[in-house]
Amino acid sequence: MITTEHYLFLSAGLLVIGTVGVLTRRNLIVMLMSIELILNAVNINLVAFSNYWQSVNGQVFTIFIITDAAAEAAVGLGILIALFRNKETVHADEVDLLRW
Amino acid sequence: MMLDSIFFYVFAVMILGSALACITRRNVVYAAVWLINTLVGVAGIFLLQGAEFLAGVQVVVYIGGITVLFLFVIMLVPVREESLQRRFASQKWIAFVACALLMVLLATVISQGVSTFEVAAPRIPAGPGDITQNSQEVGYTLFNEYLLPFELASILLLVAIVGAVTMSKTGAAEGEG
Amino acid sequence: MFFLDSIWLIPLFPLVGAAVMLLFGQRLDPQHAGDGHGDHHAPPPGRAIINFLCPGMVLLSFLFAAGAVIQLASVEGHSHEVVKWTWIAGLDTATNAGNLVKFQADWGFLLDSLSSVMVLVVTGIGFLIHVYSIGYMAHDGGYYRFFGYLNLFLFFMLTLVLANNYALLFVGWEGVGLCSYLLIGFYFHKKSATNAANKAFLVNRIGDAAFVMGMLLMVSALGTIQFTEIGPALASGGYTTETTFGVLSLITLLFFIGAAGKSAQLPLYVWLPDAMEGPTPVSALIHAATMVTAGVYMVARSSAVYVLTPDTMMVVAVVGGLTAIFAASIGLTQFDIKKVLAYSTVSQLGYMFLACGVGAFWVGIFHVYTHAFFKALLFLGSGSVIHAVSGEQDMRKMGGLKDKIPITYKTMLIGAIAIAGIPGLAGFFSKDEILWQAWATHHQWLWAIGFATAGMTAFYMFRLIYMTFHGESRVDAEAAKHIHESPRTMTIPLIVLAAGSVLAGWAATPAAWADIGLFHAPFEHWLGHSVVIASHGAAGEHHSTLPEWILMACSVGLAVVSILFAGKLFNKPKYDGDPMERLLGPLHKLSLNKYYVDEIYNFLFVDGFAKGGGTKLWSFDKKIVDGGVNGVAWATKLESSISIWIDTWLVDGTVRLTAFLFKAVSWPVRMLQTGLMHNYALFILLGTIALVGYYVF
Repeated sequence: MITTEHYLFLSAGLLVIGTVGVLTRRNLIVMLMSIELILNAVNINLVAFSNYWQSVNGQVFTIFIITDAAAEAAVGLGILIALFRNKETVHADEVDLLRW
Repeated sequence: MMLDSIFFYVFAVMILGSALACITRRNVVYAAVWLINTLVGVAGIFLLQGAEFLAGVQVVVYIGGITVLFLFVIMLVPVREESLQRRFASQKWIAFVACALLMVLLATVISQGVSTFEVAAPRIPAGPGDITQNSQEVGYTLFNEYLLPFELASILLLVAIVGAVTMSKTGAAEGEG
Repeated sequence: MFFLDSIWLIPLFPLVGAAVMLLFGQRLDPQHAGDGHGDHHAPPPGRAIINFLCPGMVLLSFLFAAGAVIQLASVEGHSHEVVKWTWIAGLDTATNAGNLVKFQADWGFLLDSLSSVMVLVVTGIGFLIHVYSIGYMAHDGGYYRFFGYLNLFLFFMLTLVLANNYALLFVGWEGVGLCSYLLIGFYFHKKSATNAANKAFLVNRIGDAAFVMGMLLMVSALGTIQFTEIGPALASGGYTTETTFGVLSLITLLFFIGAAGKSAQLPLYVWLPDAMEGPTPVSALIHAATMVTAGVYMVARSSAVYVLTPDTMMVVAVVGGLTAIFAASIGLTQFDIKKVLAYSTVSQLGYMFLACGVGAFWVGIFHVYTHAFFKALLFLGSGSVIHAVSGEQDMRKMGGLKDKIPITYKTMLIGAIAIAGIPGLAGFFSKDEILWQAWATHHQWLWAIGFATAGMTAFYMFRLIYMTFHGESRVDAEAAKHIHESPRTMTIPLIVLAAGSVLAGWAATPAAWADIGLFHAPFEHWLGHSVVIASHGAAGEHHSTLPEWILMACSVGLAVVSILFAGKLFNKPKYDGDPMERLLGPLHKLSLNKYYVDEIYNFLFVDGFAKGGGTKLWSFDKKIVDGGVNGVAWATKLESSISIWIDTWLVDGTVRLTAFLFKAVSWPVRMLQTGLMHNYALFILLGTIALVGYYVF
């Protein structure tokens, strides 16, 4: 019997995996991808609750999140390209100009 | 019922496995492909939840837009000798611990809230050929209650486009503005 | 009473002479001392003024003194006091006995029977010696200085004998010590003379310190130091004869130590033989007739206190007796004619203290009086002899002079007979009286000492006479050509003194003679007005006078035997070495070297105390005082290095610590700014977990 908790656990697991990816990988592109994973986890969560409450608000929220994710990916990748032009690198830990 | 469970677990495994694979691939293109896989799985979950419209949107926008964008950028940025580079940052162990903590936290929260969930009546699955009301409801709600956020979202998209274009331009004079 | 009221002038006349010499003497007679002893240039004309002025002042003093004494005889109690002005103002002092007295010390003069004797002796003999000096010092340089010092000496001596209190007496006391120093060191370019002068002054000083202490004790005990007030102070203080050593005994003992220094008693006599470095008239006046008798005078003046302290009196008598025999034993072997006379003086002074010590103060003064005559005579005579043999003083180089200098010979012979104690001459009366008093006061052993000394005295005096005048002439050939009798200025005083030596003694004949009808001269009675006559003296005794006759016969017999013995040894036509060596054997060397007393003193006090002490003080100064200073410097350096450390580590350290603390505290925070967004993301996550976790758990 699949209850809402199952979906919630799934969402939590995906969230954690995405967090691990953000915190761990050096490559900025992979980091961005991990962020996408996190957003997807949130989406799963929202939809699960939308299903529980038999309301469609959650799904509408999800649409906005997807929209937002798209905009964010675009801008983020644009930054990445600009950064690459200046620093010739896509690795996060080679960009530490604000280091002490 | 049984089918529900099977599909759920298939999709769950697919999502989690693909996600893990995504974040651990040395080759960035492979990671992108695994991401696609994950997103497909998520779309499947949406379908299971009865959010058909969302599933479609997920596939079209996320996979067809965002992931392709990722791939474009991957091609644009020649990643040099990626196989010789380190994959993980120095803080990986602390990160693991922190995330484990996070997992524990989340699991605790969820577990504590479990008892409040009422057992819902099982949904009557749609028969073949039935047209569900999901898309209508979504559209209805979206353009009535959430019209303002909708418009704002579109402005956001506009801003994003402008910003992305601006930043990617190679012009030296108006470069970093 | 003109002369009585003018007694204050008596010391001032010689002071005038001294002042004139001091201010104008150089102009009158510019010849310096040491320009030539025996220099026969014509004397400068200024000399006549000196010859007239200085002895003239002394003569004036003598005449005034004589007039005053004559007038004194008609005064009740034979005592007259003249106070010119107050010197130390009266302070109310409380005596030990508790009664309140007004302390005062004035510039005052007292002429009583005791000081009358002294003043006449001092001025009379002083005048004769001034006259003698005109001839004696004629060929020496520094003529004006000599007479100036002599006059100054007489000023101080007269102040001493005429003072009416101890403080003024002490002024004179110190002054005569000063003049003695000046005159002993008259031939100042001779090192031996200046050494002798220093020695005299230093040894005197020891006595003076004791004298001052005694004076101060007397002020605290009796509250007064005026002679006329001591008797009443003793009575009102309730002082009686002390049976133990009390404050009065201490006072009298301290006074006696002062007298021992001035009057050359054991152990402070060592300066007197060395004082013979001075010119002979100085030896005659100061060290025979007057200064050395100041001690005896002072003891006699304090007789009122002395009779109350039998312990000190015993000390006085014993010291006097021992000094007498000790000095006589040294005089037996000396070859320098003046040294023999010097030791003779010490010995005779011992007799005087012996007399005072047994209670016969008037006899001590009597001996002072007679001794002044014959001792001055002997000294002046020896000076005449030395003058005749061109400066030779060693008797081994004299002899056979009696026909060549007859007046000198005859007068010296009279002096020798007098000191030997032959009846009829002055020495017999006084010396015999001393011996009788010693016996009569039950001090028989002191009599024995005096008796033996008398024998030795006669012996060495005649040894001197025989060696100097009799026998063959041992004089150097060069000097022998110039042997001549002294001029009249020298011989006339000799004759006068010889006459005095004969006649002076008749002033006090023994009581025993009065018993057989001879007159009893009033000297004792005269002195009795100012000096305590011991009640157990010869006067007033009612028992038989036979012991006195026996003792008299013994001493006369001894004197004659000694003279004959000396004649046997020394009155030989040919001189074959000094018989004294054969006679005394091993003791001869001891006596000849004065019992090595000077060497012992030198070792103990000069090398040991003065030089050794000086060395110790020097090393004290170097190590402790300088060490202290160096130590302070070291301590300062140490302190400064501590300061440096404090400044560097504590003060600066605090400042740097503050900076360091800030750095240390900020370091972990700073480390967080890695610049890596990974880390920032992690921090965000951790923060979130913490926040949520707080609410969940």
